[in-house]
Amino acid sequence: MPELLQIQNIRKTFPGVVALDDVSFTVAPGEIHTLLGENGAGKSTLMNVLTGLYHPDSGHMQLAGEPVHFTSPRDSLSRGIGMVHQHFMLVPAHSVFENILLALERVPQFYNRKHYQQKMQKLIDTFELDLDLDADVWKLSIGAQQWIELIKLLLRDCRLLILDEPTAVLTPQETDRLFKVLRLLQQQGKSIIFISHKMREVMEISDRVTILKKGSSIATLKRAEFNADILARLMIGQDRIPEWQKNLQMSEKVVLDIRNLSVRNDRGLADLDDFSLQLKEGEILGIAGVAGNGQKALAEALTGLKEINKGKIFAGDMDMTHSTARASYISGIAHIPEDRKSIGIAPDLDVADNLIMKSFKNTLFRRGVFQNRRAIRRNAEEKVSRFAIKAGPEGSPVRYLSGGNIQKVIIARELSEQPRVLVALYPTRGLDIGSAEYIHKVIVDGAGRGMSTILIAEDLDELLKLSDRIAVMFRGRLIGYADPRQTSREEIGLMMSGEQREQP
Amino acid sequence: MVEILLDATVRAGTPILFATLGAILNERAGIINLGIEGLMLIGALAGFAGTFYSGSPLIGILAAFAVTFVAGSIHALITVQLRGNQIVSGLALTMFGIGVTALFGRGMVGLTIGGLERLPLPGLSQLPIIGRPFFQQDLLIYTSFVLVFLLWFFLYRTRTGLALRTVGENPAAADTCGISVSLYRFFAVTTGAGLVGIGGAYLSLAMTPMWIENMSAGRGWVAVALVIFSGWSSGKAMFGAYLFGGITAMQLRFQAIGTDISTHVLQMLPYVFTILVLVVSTIRLQKGSSQQPQGLGLPYDREDRK
Repeated sequence: MPELLQIQNIRKTFPGVVALDDVSFTVAPGEIHTLLGENGAGKSTLMNVLTGLYHPDSGHMQLAGEPVHFTSPRDSLSRGIGMVHQHFMLVPAHSVFENILLALERVPQFYNRKHYQQKMQKLIDTFELDLDLDADVWKLSIGAQQWIELIKLLLRDCRLLILDEPTAVLTPQETDRLFKVLRLLQQQGKSIIFISHKMREVMEISDRVTILKKGSSIATLKRAEFNADILARLMIGQDRIPEWQKNLQMSEKVVLDIRNLSVRNDRGLADLDDFSLQLKEGEILGIAGVAGNGQKALAEALTGLKEINKGKIFAGDMDMTHSTARASYISGIAHIPEDRKSIGIAPDLDVADNLIMKSFKNTLFRRGVFQNRRAIRRNAEEKVSRFAIKAGPEGSPVRYLSGGNIQKVIIARELSEQPRVLVALYPTRGLDIGSAEYIHKVIVDGAGRGMSTILIAEDLDELLKLSDRIAVMFRGRLIGYADPRQTSREEIGLMMSGEQREQP
Repeated sequence: MVEILLDATVRAGTPILFATLGAILNERAGIINLGIEGLMLIGALAGFAGTFYSGSPLIGILAAFAVTFVAGSIHALITVQLRGNQIVSGLALTMFGIGVTALFGRGMVGLTIGGLERLPLPGLSQLPIIGRPFFQQDLLIYTSFVLVFLLWFFLYRTRTGLALRTVGENPAAADTCGISVSLYRFFAVTTGAGLVGIGGAYLSLAMTPMWIENMSAGRGWVAVALVIFSGWSSGKAMFGAYLFGGITAMQLRFQAIGTDISTHVLQMLPYVFTILVLVVSTIRLQKGSSQQPQGLGLPYDREDRK
């Protein structure tokens, strides 16, 4: 079959960083082709090259046999390549109608509102979506916002659709729905590039899988050729997977008692609404929920990043709601986003400095008002070897490290204070399997020593594997608990969409 | 009495209305313009000079628009093309405006021109109370009425207006839809500057038909505040501008009647009001009913890894 898209030896560098080294792959008409790789492997950069947002330094692209050079997203769109970005390209303050209209071609200056509304409604009905054209986008769920993005592309008649981690924001049921729509599109002859690192989904939907590692495409496998083990091994390469064993040793002692917590966001709406939760000693409490239902606010409220409007946080009998002691009692780690800014590190400082950020006032690391550079360096050497951090040459800025290694630096720093409670917000999102397993090991080992963890994750398999209990959040409230040994993905999925369950 | 006060209100509010509409156009595309004060002065001088040399206020108005359009393109060049700091560039533009008009205006001080004449609209101008303040006015005031509607219509009922608002809210989204962010921003800044210039020209053509150094007297800053007060909407901008105009008219009235209150305190009133407006509207903003374009003040660089 002639290929629809051919990508050959693409290379793209940013000042000081090689984002894409040597990437080649092809997409056939009517194919669902998955790109697999950790954050920083170059998936998003590659897609931005493909849609004309970035210009590659070298390499070729061919669309339906013709060489193409896209200089702007307009170019690629006009050739039928459309993308649903991970961070949606929507205007929250505008209505659904306005957002879609903007994406259409040849809209006259004084457009006929009704005509376009009917056109959009027809497509919404075809796919049986629940979408109000007059609603403001910021009021919609993230799942619904994704449908808007998809409709934008379908109305433009794109023949190649790129979806960048579309399922990260969906419940299992919504994911099924999306896959159904994708298969429908596939039957219409459209090609789809699907980006994900949830193994289950990759296995379910892909016709072919291309694995990206450190900016290079290292393999492309057909449906019959891959299974979860093979893909995992290819992604990890030479890296060793840490092993860990989980045993139940949860005590009944409550270490953290969250009572009726309410947190409002910048819009004045409730991010957390009368949220209560009890965390026991040595427990790993998983929090499930569709992204945007208050998980981030919970993590930020617990770690002191967000102001608490109402409610209390108790540690045993001690009220910690406004206590400065909370900082050393509760530690937090979070996912490493694609951009690597806005995370728990100072990106331009080196590993040694980042490691002492919480404890630089400690007499260990200073002599009077001056820093004790030798002690700081020794601390860094010790942590780097204990946590197996690949830190690069001494003194190089942390932001050049891979996502997994940045995450290790943060963990090394946060755990050095021996916190009683660890709040982990999507700690493995975007990490390669080796690094993700390492973080699992740290959490499980911590539980063995009596540390309790609130683990907020989007991958249900991860939650089911690690948690002693799973709490489900919906619209800032606790919907209920589930026992990971007895529940099913479907049941948790239903709870994630707001269906109330009896507490076990 | 009410008629006279309303009439003075509209006349005092009009230059600020033009400036606010221009600034709204700027900010809807995501560019903050703190050069409004300077642009008003440039517009005032260009309008006066144009009228003085040509003898026609119409030519003066066109000159004011054209010259401030060019002056605004400096700000556009720095903030859009070079992605410079919008605050610094705007402040520089204000200082440039004050300086350059003082320099070139020296020869104009003391000269007089015909100024804009009132053109009563037949019929409407005979209406009680509202007839005189709204329908016995000059060309620019009628233009401002139409402009308030036109700006709303442009922003909310045309494709280009939708694209412009998107550029101001989320330039990356506009870019992926194939809209040229820099082109839209450039024209929003320059055209907006032109409108501000007409507001300046109103000062030197209608309110006091002469050139006085620094005659805008802070009205540009009032416009900057009114943009926030108006929630970036032209209708509310009209209300805000006339509110300011009303307080100005009243304090003038007070001065004319003669009270014991110091004229300095009276002259202060419109500006005190501006501060109050800013405080109130900022509190409202924080409460979340934010109308502020989300991309305001942020330069857009496609290859910036955000």
